[in-house]
Amino acid sequence: MRIACPHCGERSLDEFLYSGDATVRRPDFASPTAMDEFIAYTFERTNPAGPHRELWYHAAGCHAWLVVTRNVATHAISSVEPARDVALAGKPETKDGA
Amino acid sequence: MATADRRGNGRQPNRLETGGLIDRSLTLHFTFDGKTYVGHPGDTLASALLANGVRLTGRSFKYHRPRGILSAGSEEPNALVELRAGARREPNTKATVAELFDGLAAASQNRWPSLAFDLMSVNSLLSPIFVAGFYYKTFMWPAALWEKLYEPLIRRAAGLGRASDDSDPDTYEKATAFADVLVIGAGPTGLAAAQAAARTSARVILVDENAALGGRAIDDVAEIGGNPSHEWVKIVEAELDRNPEVRVLRRTTAFGCYDGSTYGAVERVSDHLARPGPGVPRQRLWRLVAKQVVLATGATERPLVFGNNDRPGVMLAGAVRTYINRFGVVPGRRVVVFTNNDYGATTVTDLTNAGAEVVALVDSRPQPTAEVQRLADTTGVRLISGVVTGALGRQTVSGARIRAHGGDTVELTCDLIAVSGGWNPNIQLTTHLGGRPVWDDRLCAFLPGALPPRMSVAGAAAGDLILDKSLAGGIAAGSAAATESGHKAVAVPVPASTAESDAITPLWRVAEPDGKAFVDQQNDVTAKDIELAEREGFRAVEHLKRYTTLGMATDQGRTANVNALAIMAEITGRSIPETGCTVARPPYTPVALGALAGHHRAKSFKPTRLPPSYRWAKEQGAVFVETGLWLRPSYFPRPGERDWLETVSREVTTVRNAVGICDVSTLGKVDIQGPDAATFLDRIYMNGLKTLAVGKARYGGMLREDGILMDDGTVARFGESHYFITTTTANAVKVVQHMEYCAQWLWPELDVQIVSATEQWAQYAVAGPKSRALLQKVVDPTFDISDAGFPYLGIGEITVGGIKARLFRLSFSGERAYEIGVPARYGDALIRRLMEAGAEFGVCAYGTEALGVMRIEKGHISGPELNGTTTPRDVGLGGMVSTKKDFVGHVLGKRPGLVDPDRPALIGFRPVDRSARLRSGAHFIARNATPTAENDEGYMTSVAYSPSNGHWIGLGLLKRGPERIGEIVRAVDPVRGADTLVEVVSPVFVDPEGGRVRG
Amino acid sequence: MPSTHYSIFSVLREALRGHTGWGPAWRDAEPKAEYDVVIVGGGGHGLATAYYLAKHYGPLSIAVVEKGWIGGGNVGRNTTIVRSNYLLPGNIPFYELSMKLWEGLEQDLNYNAMVSQRGVLNLYHSDAQRDAYARRGNAMRLHSVHADLLDQAAVRRMVPFLDFENARFPVQGGLLQRRGGTVRHDAVAWGYARGADRLGVDIIQNCEVKGFRREGGRVTGVETSRGTIGTKKIGMAVAGSSSRVAAMADLRLPIESHVLQAFVSESIKPFIDGVVTFGAGHFYISQSDKGGLVFGGDLDGYNSYAQRGNLPVVEDVLEGGMALMPRIGRVRLLRHWGGIMDMSMDGSPIIDTTPVEGLYLNAGWCYGGFKATPASGYCFAHLIARDEPHPVARAYRLDRFATGHAIDEKGMGPQPNLH
Repeated sequence: MRIACPHCGERSLDEFLYSGDATVRRPDFASPTAMDEFIAYTFERTNPAGPHRELWYHAAGCHAWLVVTRNVATHAISSVEPARDVALAGKPETKDGA
Repeated sequence: MATADRRGNGRQPNRLETGGLIDRSLTLHFTFDGKTYVGHPGDTLASALLANGVRLTGRSFKYHRPRGILSAGSEEPNALVELRAGARREPNTKATVAELFDGLAAASQNRWPSLAFDLMSVNSLLSPIFVAGFYYKTFMWPAALWEKLYEPLIRRAAGLGRASDDSDPDTYEKATAFADVLVIGAGPTGLAAAQAAARTSARVILVDENAALGGRAIDDVAEIGGNPSHEWVKIVEAELDRNPEVRVLRRTTAFGCYDGSTYGAVERVSDHLARPGPGVPRQRLWRLVAKQVVLATGATERPLVFGNNDRPGVMLAGAVRTYINRFGVVPGRRVVVFTNNDYGATTVTDLTNAGAEVVALVDSRPQPTAEVQRLADTTGVRLISGVVTGALGRQTVSGARIRAHGGDTVELTCDLIAVSGGWNPNIQLTTHLGGRPVWDDRLCAFLPGALPPRMSVAGAAAGDLILDKSLAGGIAAGSAAATESGHKAVAVPVPASTAESDAITPLWRVAEPDGKAFVDQQNDVTAKDIELAEREGFRAVEHLKRYTTLGMATDQGRTANVNALAIMAEITGRSIPETGCTVARPPYTPVALGALAGHHRAKSFKPTRLPPSYRWAKEQGAVFVETGLWLRPSYFPRPGERDWLETVSREVTTVRNAVGICDVSTLGKVDIQGPDAATFLDRIYMNGLKTLAVGKARYGGMLREDGILMDDGTVARFGESHYFITTTTANAVKVVQHMEYCAQWLWPELDVQIVSATEQWAQYAVAGPKSRALLQKVVDPTFDISDAGFPYLGIGEITVGGIKARLFRLSFSGERAYEIGVPARYGDALIRRLMEAGAEFGVCAYGTEALGVMRIEKGHISGPELNGTTTPRDVGLGGMVSTKKDFVGHVLGKRPGLVDPDRPALIGFRPVDRSARLRSGAHFIARNATPTAENDEGYMTSVAYSPSNGHWIGLGLLKRGPERIGEIVRAVDPVRGADTLVEVVSPVFVDPEGGRVRG
Repeated sequence: MPSTHYSIFSVLREALRGHTGWGPAWRDAEPKAEYDVVIVGGGGHGLATAYYLAKHYGPLSIAVVEKGWIGGGNVGRNTTIVRSNYLLPGNIPFYELSMKLWEGLEQDLNYNAMVSQRGVLNLYHSDAQRDAYARRGNAMRLHSVHADLLDQAAVRRMVPFLDFENARFPVQGGLLQRRGGTVRHDAVAWGYARGADRLGVDIIQNCEVKGFRREGGRVTGVETSRGTIGTKKIGMAVAGSSSRVAAMADLRLPIESHVLQAFVSESIKPFIDGVVTFGAGHFYISQSDKGGLVFGGDLDGYNSYAQRGNLPVVEDVLEGGMALMPRIGRVRLLRHWGGIMDMSMDGSPIIDTTPVEGLYLNAGWCYGGFKATPASGYCFAHLIARDEPHPVARAYRLDRFATGHAIDEKGMGPQPNLH
């Protein structure tokens, strides 16, 4: 697998670390239901068998966190975006991935 | 090396006078089972053995039946040998791919006492019992005998060759290469594809598993572009070699297709030599990354399934042609050719031209085709429409029993049966990413289905078996791949070539065979075993394979799988597609484990990180310890000290009474800057940091989102928007990753930048009551480091001999202490300067052991307590946790399981018998309780011999520990045979008031 | 008359008649309209569950429905190791029950799965690792599970072929569980299938579950590619696909699917007796009764439902292998493949009821599933039959993440690829 880092270009898998689902977003700690929200955010995953929005870290490169859209059944990557851009763009598009 | 004086020694009865791509001017000597033979450069071990008339080369896995050479390539199931000797001994090498070199030594495997008289062939007599899966049905009674008797017997019989008893003395390396077009296979198709792609000026990599390019263009006699096909190969090869954009990797097998159009390939750099040259690896692992890939891997011939079809002397027809045409060896003098297709039948021409007598051409088809009739007519060979029902002969073929379709049976004397059951395209790499092959009724073979991204398949691998189509397919695929990769097309004409026919009518097994009819020769799976598997319900292809072990041998079933599947289809009355298909897993052919490891072995397994004082510490005779990738001084023994404990105690005592110096550069160091740095860190750490003043440091802890402690360290504030934090050595990388995650993903709106500075700063702890006195001699005098000017937890930028430096008044030891940092390149100079300045105060260097002792004496947590399962409260830091702000871990840290007062919590221990030694990993049991799981109350995390206390001390996690001070409990350690009474005490064993750090 | 009981005598009898008297090891059953219990998943855990349900809790009508062929998931794709050398009280009794069931399995099933207790040795390379193994070994001993802490000399006597001379991370010793070992993995699926079949369980292959029928919050049946099957109790044992199947019941699980690769070498004369685990890299190895070196290492590290991995992990595993035992350099890799692991958020499994009444969950086995097969089936059968957890599987609750009772052996936290 090769990931096209927006900053460094296409690089081999072994430069990257994987963190997981990018569709869950950290809840507001002040929410009255914060505990339930944090439990869902931290532990529950849709884990689909198709396209998956997920976080990767360019550990042996530029240290950018990336949102990669990848089909987990085929490993085909359809997009790579800086996580910062995705995060700044606001709330995630859908809860269940792209 | 081969020498002229050896020329002409030895007789090679089956070597032709002329022809083949071998160099008859040089003679190579080699041994097989201790007997010396000769061959020529260009030979494989198999071709040389055949030239010398050696036919029996091995014994089968289960029945120990005699076996010979079936093929001329990497699909060989039978002719496996131990190649070389001593530390270079390699088991299971296929004689058909081992290139001959002078002095080569090979031995047959899996036989005792000798190949010709193998006593284990008694197994053959027991074959009625040893059918597929028999072991699942027996060896069960009595149960105790499995490990004691049955299994040892099975294991003694198991395995083929022997691994070397010593470390592999050769080296391996890894390389990565990028191509516009990667062409896999350099037969006519691959050569044509590479040529077409290269002419567009695309960057081309061409790989082939053989030493010689050409594939069937050198194995068969044909014409291409008006030249003999082997001449055409030379012309194309020369063109490719001239092109600087083309890299030809010979002896290189592309073994696996991986994601991202990455191909694993192994180049056998030195396997054709007696040993690798100096500085040259034995093999090289290539990761080939290609924009486009042309798979031109050809096809593998299928054997026919008839009685005793495993006898030495039964050989694939294509292999017979290869031995004649490429190696100048005729593998038999009286030959029966047995085929179900036109292409196999052409072998009679090659044999006749080589001077062999073809006693019969047996064609299994109801009606021989015009092509076959023509062949019989032109060569005058007797054509029999029928089947070979059995090979005759005990150890090697001495004849064939043939049943004509009319029913007449005839026995013909022969020493070779050349068989062709059709062709399986080599589509393994198309299936590595999950592609399913598709059955083709006309070719009676599986063709590639859905392809990996950016791959095309051409030639025989795509089902274009005949030369004309292969060449056209290769050129089209090569051109298209180059165009796809961004190059302008260049028209390449398809060269004219010899007309061929690939007509076939399947024959999956001969009915009523005379003798055992093998499907998987190496694993001794017969057609009857397939019937048995079907009878017992193992009909799914994967069940069949797993139950009978079919296709699981070192040849990966390349000559077996399709025949087996077709036989299962026949038995069950289903079509082949309904029955299933076979999907290959990498590697395409077995790959040496050493090649996959490359140079990462012994001391080079992982990189070694050396702290800045390494060279100095080495000069002092320090004893080092692996700490992750770091090599840190563990302690600094002095002459006369009896053991490590004496040294470490001396170092501790020196720090507590005078001053000591420790290299703490391995601690993670992170520089954090930006207007929002304060806000950012406040959300990362569990304790409040907003009130931290510029010029001050504070201890901090950070949690994972699940409320468990992740790491601890110090936070220093150098400016309004500039912080410098330290982490534990173990978590240095993880913390930076976590902070980047928080900054980029959780709170992208914060303006903060993070950079790791671990490697950039050399940092030394200067600890002990005389630390300030020492530093005053080192730090440039313009800086006030008096207690007033530089109090506990003060920090500042200073200079040392004019060099920019940083000073932190921090203490891990519990003594007055500082950490002084300089740019890493001055680290060596600084340690020498510090030691020199400290001489008058009796300074000593101390290592990780003394560091550990002192932190345990002070009750500070470290790795054993920060084990990924403890909360702040568990380790006595509960009071630090902010209840007001948001920070990572705040919410989930309040889950009931994490705030349960029954959780084990950190406390100190000392042995009731003060002379007793404590050990980490002991479990706590109440004094009067029995040591069982129900009574387990926690465990000892860290222990040390405390010179300050004069006895062993420990830290541990004990259920409600802090409430139990004064209680005596048992520290039970059954794996080391200890059971020690310990008293629960405060975890701070030295200076509990904490006055010393302030001076 | 067909031979149904397996023994040396029946094998000899059949040898005299060309083995024509053997019947199918299990019937290829057609689905009935209704069962008392339907087990989804014909892998090791599903088949074991059906077997123990039929054996201990009958009479019940039971079906096992399998999408493909039985034993095609992780029970047929693992590295065959069995052991109970766990650290935490939530795990040790469960895996020890499994060991005990392994020890009597063949006589129980009348099927030789080649349970071979040749030892599992975990190497340590530092003082801290030694202490961690001491803690673990002591925890085992407190649970009456034997473990030995070996020093370097003892390890050297046992496995002299390791690199003791020139290692980057020298071997200091090891934690040995002598009762650990290996089992012929496929035979476990076949043995349980045959055992269950003989107790009347219908094993239905090529029968894919498409959905769950529910009324008023409880299950009434499963929809399959071979029609709807009515039932009031459904046991899900589909590790690798748990999230996908659970989604049919609108459940989200604390699970990610990850690929773990496994490796086998060409067959060579046996020289490795037991299982050896490297403590300074991702590598463990044993040698099969056929002679192949069977080994593995770390997860590839990313979510995947493709049963294959990538080259970096292949290299990483072999780097560990060559660092530990450099004599294997000239032995060849024969095959490598991948299995899909249910990686849970704490590295431990789930055997529990679900918010949907009548739907029971057996999931999250990470890469500990094979060794757990007997106990998993045993405890899951207990849960399904009694509606309460078996005492040794009490900790495997679905809500433990919400309550803060994670069973985190490695202390890696809610990051599935690190367990």
